[in-house]
Amino acid sequence: MAFGLKTFSRGGIHVDDRKYSHESPIEKLPAPKTVVIPISQHIGAPAKAVVTKDQAVKIGQLIAEKSGFISANVLSPVSGIVKAVEARMTPTGFKQDCIVIENDMKDEYFEAFTAVAPSAEVIEKLDISGAVKAVEKAGIVGMGGAAFPTSVKLSPPPDVKIDTVILNGVECEPYLTADARIMIEDADRIVAGLALIMKIFSKNGPVKGYIGIEANKPDSIQKMAEAASKYKDIEVVSLALKYPQGGEKQLINAIVGRDVPSGKLPSAVGCVVQNVATAASIYDAAVNNRPLIERVVTVTGMGVKKQKNLLVRFGTMFTELIDYCGGVTDDASMLICGGPMMGKALQTSEVPVTKAVSGILVLTQSEANLYEEAPCIRCGRCVDVCPMGLQPGLINKVIDAADYGRLEELSLLDCIECGSCNYICAGHERLVQKIKIGKVKLQEILKARKEKEAQTKKDDKK
Amino acid sequence: METKDKKWIVGQGSHIYFPQDTSKIMFQVILALLPASAMAVYVFGFDALKVLLIGVISAVAVEALIQKYLMKTPVTIGDYSAALTGLLLALNLPASSPWWMVCIGSLISIGIGKLAYGGLGQNPFNPALVGRVALLIGFPALMTDWSVTGGYLSELYRKIPAEALTTATPLGFIKAYSGSNFTADLVAYFNSYSINLKTLFIGATSGSIGEVSELALLLGALYLIYKKVLNWEIPAAFIGTVGIIAMAAYYVKPQAMLLPHYHLFSGGLFLGALFMATDMVTSPFTFRGRIVFGIGCGVLTMLIRLYGGYPEGVSFAILLMNIFVPIIDIYIKPKRFGV
Repeated sequence: MAFGLKTFSRGGIHVDDRKYSHESPIEKLPAPKTVVIPISQHIGAPAKAVVTKDQAVKIGQLIAEKSGFISANVLSPVSGIVKAVEARMTPTGFKQDCIVIENDMKDEYFEAFTAVAPSAEVIEKLDISGAVKAVEKAGIVGMGGAAFPTSVKLSPPPDVKIDTVILNGVECEPYLTADARIMIEDADRIVAGLALIMKIFSKNGPVKGYIGIEANKPDSIQKMAEAASKYKDIEVVSLALKYPQGGEKQLINAIVGRDVPSGKLPSAVGCVVQNVATAASIYDAAVNNRPLIERVVTVTGMGVKKQKNLLVRFGTMFTELIDYCGGVTDDASMLICGGPMMGKALQTSEVPVTKAVSGILVLTQSEANLYEEAPCIRCGRCVDVCPMGLQPGLINKVIDAADYGRLEELSLLDCIECGSCNYICAGHERLVQKIKIGKVKLQEILKARKEKEAQTKKDDKK
Repeated sequence: METKDKKWIVGQGSHIYFPQDTSKIMFQVILALLPASAMAVYVFGFDALKVLLIGVISAVAVEALIQKYLMKTPVTIGDYSAALTGLLLALNLPASSPWWMVCIGSLISIGIGKLAYGGLGQNPFNPALVGRVALLIGFPALMTDWSVTGGYLSELYRKIPAEALTTATPLGFIKAYSGSNFTADLVAYFNSYSINLKTLFIGATSGSIGEVSELALLLGALYLIYKKVLNWEIPAAFIGTVGIIAMAAYYVKPQAMLLPHYHLFSGGLFLGALFMATDMVTSPFTFRGRIVFGIGCGVLTMLIRLYGGYPEGVSFAILLMNIFVPIIDIYIKPKRFGV
């Protein structure tokens, strides 16, 4: 590993990156005959379906409208006929309301769009007053995996001053290569998107732009640096390989050395972080009036015959992607939506690609952690690797003892669920699963306390 | 099979894992103790080999029998932790230990020190040390019988007076002579028995079979530190503290004190600091906690050596510090992000 490269200061693990599909160029998967579109593909309130059965829709037409401040529009990725609005299995592992559309294969767009090539001049001349609205209309959410509505991130409260925009090109999850490929093949659009975001925030003062990429992607770094050289105040930062560098707080710490305070958002230290694919979508929406209807998905793992990066319409079934890659091997045993560290294991491949699906991972028996849990031997490695400075082993014991009140002093809510402790655990204990349960219990306690305090205040007034 | 119809195994993330798990950790520690074990056999001869084999076999047998017939739980000897405890216990015994004493030690280590608390990971005290200390209290004469019948040490002793065959370790010598004007005796003792820094470090002094060669212990420990199985904080803090206190004591009262390097290299300090105090189960979780733990071990060791009734204090010091581990874990937290 090269010395002197920046990285985050606390904890982290070195994990074999297994980027098997890195050299595989993005291939466009033909649009499927039927798409299944969940109305909730983002963090926040689910969107509200605005189409009914047998209604004809076109590409980019609003089919579910955002319902609340933190929510996002859902647009049709194909032209065709709505066949049903009903509960279907989604990559969350649960059944959710979905809009099922039969594709008429005509690919007709609902609104006209342009194809302005990205350049510094385009961004300079652009009137950005309508940019955030365009992002909202296009239904853009964070495409790194968290799926936070992007328009909300782009409109912080007026008293918050943003001086740093960081593009997240880290892709620290092993196996996944979608972002790396986009950066190689579409660098200009991403950098233009970054310049556009910087322009949105520049009304309050100068804004500096960074693109963080780990050093295991030299070709991505080179292409992005070439593209960035055409702009002012944009710097590509090559980062040392360490998981979870793609965590917002870790990335900010690595690049500008600021620590987002516990319980606060990056804007508290003047930063906004966006994924590289999101930046490209922002450019398309604001400049070309193009809706978000497709994304790049990595199909990988030793359990799939060929590892590829595919550009797919939302609503395409995982099965179709896997079969396009030659199907699964005989010893394939685990199907994961996302990366191996934070991804979710699924029971079936009959679920649709949504805005948050960055990868489909098929693991073989020998790749996957299928071990039985063994007792904690207190090796302390979980504490050493926790990037948030928590004590996962102790938290685990406290949760086992159902002593949930103590979780507060152990700062449980700071946990970013990166899975580093889980990965390193000598006993293969499922620490993250326990922590998720503990978080729910702790939040119940905190809520009850708040209500009680409010009640006492009311009683005092009487 | 069609992808569509395949039923997938569902698990909880992370879905990949670090290959260094419990049994691999335990096995590597055993490997790392092989140089010290080999030195023990070289220095003490067949006696040491006998103690080592009985220690390992009896510990594994005790664990298997208790788990199978008494606790009726799955037998976990496959994780190598019982074998490791047996090996560590044996390394902490004199070469002259009778076979039944080694077995009693294993029974106490595994039965009371480990399984009575609920098995691996639950025990507050280092099991091997529980066994050793029980034997030390129960069989004080046998546990300080440093006679040798074979190996390099008996060759060495053939050239020196017969009393050496049953005589004390350097630390024991000092304890026995403390109070008298022993500087002259001391010099004579060390000169006559050709004990010097080199022999101390490489391993030609009397003592428990595993503690004779600091070099062999260090070799094994460095391998484990490189493999990230062992932390360096506890040994560094422990040995460093002992060194500093020994130097300070010698500086204050040179005529009544051992040269500091005898404190470092002649007793069980290296075996204790490198392989006993670092036992994961019974040492703190956090970096800073481990430093505090190591310093505590060092201070207690020197208090016992300088003022206590026993010539050697490493075992007691570690067991006493084991008591503080839960408190250290609660009060010494790692540095939180963004706090």
